[in-house]
Amino acid sequence: MSGLPAAASGLHSSLLTWWADRGLPPWVFDAIWMVLMAAIVTVFVLLTVLFLVWVERKISGDIQSRVGPNRTGGRFGLLQTAADALKLLTKEDIIPECADRPIFVLAPFLVFVPVLVVFLIVPFGEHWIVKDLNLGVLFVVAVSALPVIGIFMAGWGSNNKWALLGAVRAVGQAISYEIPLILALVCVVVFAGSIRIGDIVSAQRDGHWFITRFPLQIAFLLYFVAAMAEVNRVPFDLPEAESELVAGYHVEYSGMRFALFFLAEFAHLFFVAAFCTTLFLGAWDGPWLPPALWFLIKTYAVILVIMWVRWTIPRLRIDQVMGFAWKCLVPIGLLAVLATGLVAAVWGVP
Amino acid sequence: MIHETTPTTQVALNMGPQHPSTHGVLRLELMLEGEVIVGCNPIIGYLHRGIEKIGEARSYPGFLPYTDRLDYLSSASNNLAYVQAVEKLIELEVPERARYLRVMLLELNRIASHLVFVATFANDLGATTAFLYGFREREPIMDMFEMWTGARLTQSWIRIGGVAGDIPEGFAEAARSFCAMLLPRLQEYDRLLTGNHIFRARTEGVGLLSRDVGINYGCSGPTLRGSGEPYDIRRAEPHEVYDRLNFDVVTDDSADCMGRYRVRIEEMRQSVRIVEQCLSQLPAGEVLARLPRVVRPPEGEAWGRVESPRGDFGCFVVSDGGPQPLRVRIRAPSFYHMGALPEMLRGWKIGDVVAILGSLDIVLGEIDR
Repeated sequence: MSGLPAAASGLHSSLLTWWADRGLPPWVFDAIWMVLMAAIVTVFVLLTVLFLVWVERKISGDIQSRVGPNRTGGRFGLLQTAADALKLLTKEDIIPECADRPIFVLAPFLVFVPVLVVFLIVPFGEHWIVKDLNLGVLFVVAVSALPVIGIFMAGWGSNNKWALLGAVRAVGQAISYEIPLILALVCVVVFAGSIRIGDIVSAQRDGHWFITRFPLQIAFLLYFVAAMAEVNRVPFDLPEAESELVAGYHVEYSGMRFALFFLAEFAHLFFVAAFCTTLFLGAWDGPWLPPALWFLIKTYAVILVIMWVRWTIPRLRIDQVMGFAWKCLVPIGLLAVLATGLVAAVWGVP
Repeated sequence: MIHETTPTTQVALNMGPQHPSTHGVLRLELMLEGEVIVGCNPIIGYLHRGIEKIGEARSYPGFLPYTDRLDYLSSASNNLAYVQAVEKLIELEVPERARYLRVMLLELNRIASHLVFVATFANDLGATTAFLYGFREREPIMDMFEMWTGARLTQSWIRIGGVAGDIPEGFAEAARSFCAMLLPRLQEYDRLLTGNHIFRARTEGVGLLSRDVGINYGCSGPTLRGSGEPYDIRRAEPHEVYDRLNFDVVTDDSADCMGRYRVRIEEMRQSVRIVEQCLSQLPAGEVLARLPRVVRPPEGEAWGRVESPRGDFGCFVVSDGGPQPLRVRIRAPSFYHMGALPEMLRGWKIGDVVAILGSLDIVLGEIDR
């Protein structure tokens, strides 16, 4: 348990001694400890998500020259999302008669849980990481591919053609954009020489952020575009395209089940921005301010750009989205990997 | 081969009547192969109110407010088409000032309607911000209507014999400052939408309607002019004072969604020109001709034709000499445009359905009547 904040680390060891003195097996303690840490991260992520929804509403309001939430919770409507979440919690739980019940019920959780799980490897600060897995990057790639299964189950289980169309789009899009995303990660891994998150972060210490190193800028752009597609944001919001598919895969969901999809989307947004910060923007590295604050500042900057894009441009068509991935991003990704490899081989990794 | 052992079937998909992008209560029965449209059957009637039949049970002036509810985005053009037909029947001379005011009201309605078009079209393509921009620019027009007519949407201000009232003090200034404000805003649209790569990828070459097919289907207005046919009632059969005003009939040869969009954007600029000319040429005088207490046109029939924001809007009135029309018939341009829709959709994808439908700018109020 080396990767924990110093204070928690001290608490951890003293508690462990107390536990072992009573002859209890240490792995049980480890399990309890992990659950506790995971719970803290989960609560933090959920609160952030509520805040992000509010931020998005305010930002879209500014861009569209209107006010945005301004009643619930003071002048700035700070409690608007909390009120909305409460409303969704108290709504009647409707499952369509013709829906495939088990699949329909299970789907929102399958979307929501993996999105939370990936936060285990996010380095919020020096040692502020729940578990610095030695397979960190691979873990992210594997787990963040899981929600699409839940999305497809939602579309299929709803027994609604609009939902199915949205689900089919989601699967096609997620699989296509996974490839440029992974190619971008490969570039980073070549420079860091490791797939452990801690090593990637320490390779960027003292301002040597990967975004400043040629040719990782290409990988950064690649990751940014692919990540926007992964979280189904405009211009890649085809799986839920309001004006085409009404709501896409979650059209039949209401109440808390719908809220799970909604929260998962924003949690995923938070994650891709946090991961972008980790990979390219030096994670918590920065002068004067506390590391955790630096991390959040960078993450929010990435999120703001994604939101800005969303509220500015129209949506692509499904064949254009797929064509863009396969004809444009994948070749660029391969070239980026080649360039990164050449640079690393010829000049060595600085 | 996979496709031999697992045959795919066509899927029927109901789009509407509750769908955000069918612009009202239109229902499209789509036949799909995957995402590709192989057939489309528009089903209308969800907004049918029997307005033509109501016309047979109301006095001539009494039917006027019902026409507002046809093309509710541009009620002045509906009013005018009906009023023109009645005026032809009773051979009424309309005061000069009223003719100018009618044109001004009509053109302001056209700008408002085209702004809603830009807004909804952009929203259909996923550009939610442009949606609010369109409505933001429309708001001053609505305020001007309220100032002049007391109503924002259904004005009923064009009456048999002229208009119901003169423009109030301060209206001319409000109109001029609006015109000055709109032109730079339209440039903003060009920056935000017209030049946007994604917007162009979604509209250029999409939903082709050739000139001949358009004419055969009876299309008119910006839809036909977007296919390169310079047909405009304001020029072909000048009504009111259009023959005295300088404006260009805008056409675009591309015949796709982008062409129809560009025509409407440019038409707003032309409408601004017309409004400014009306304001400067406006003669003094009465705005409403004297009418008998009960309008009883002599036996006969007459057509009123107006270039509405959607196209050739016509109203046919038959009189048997009584105080009520014997028959009222309305020619709604949207109806004919929707007829061409299935042909335009074939082979395109679901995402294009909303783009093509949006580019036709249909209003269900006039289709269903």
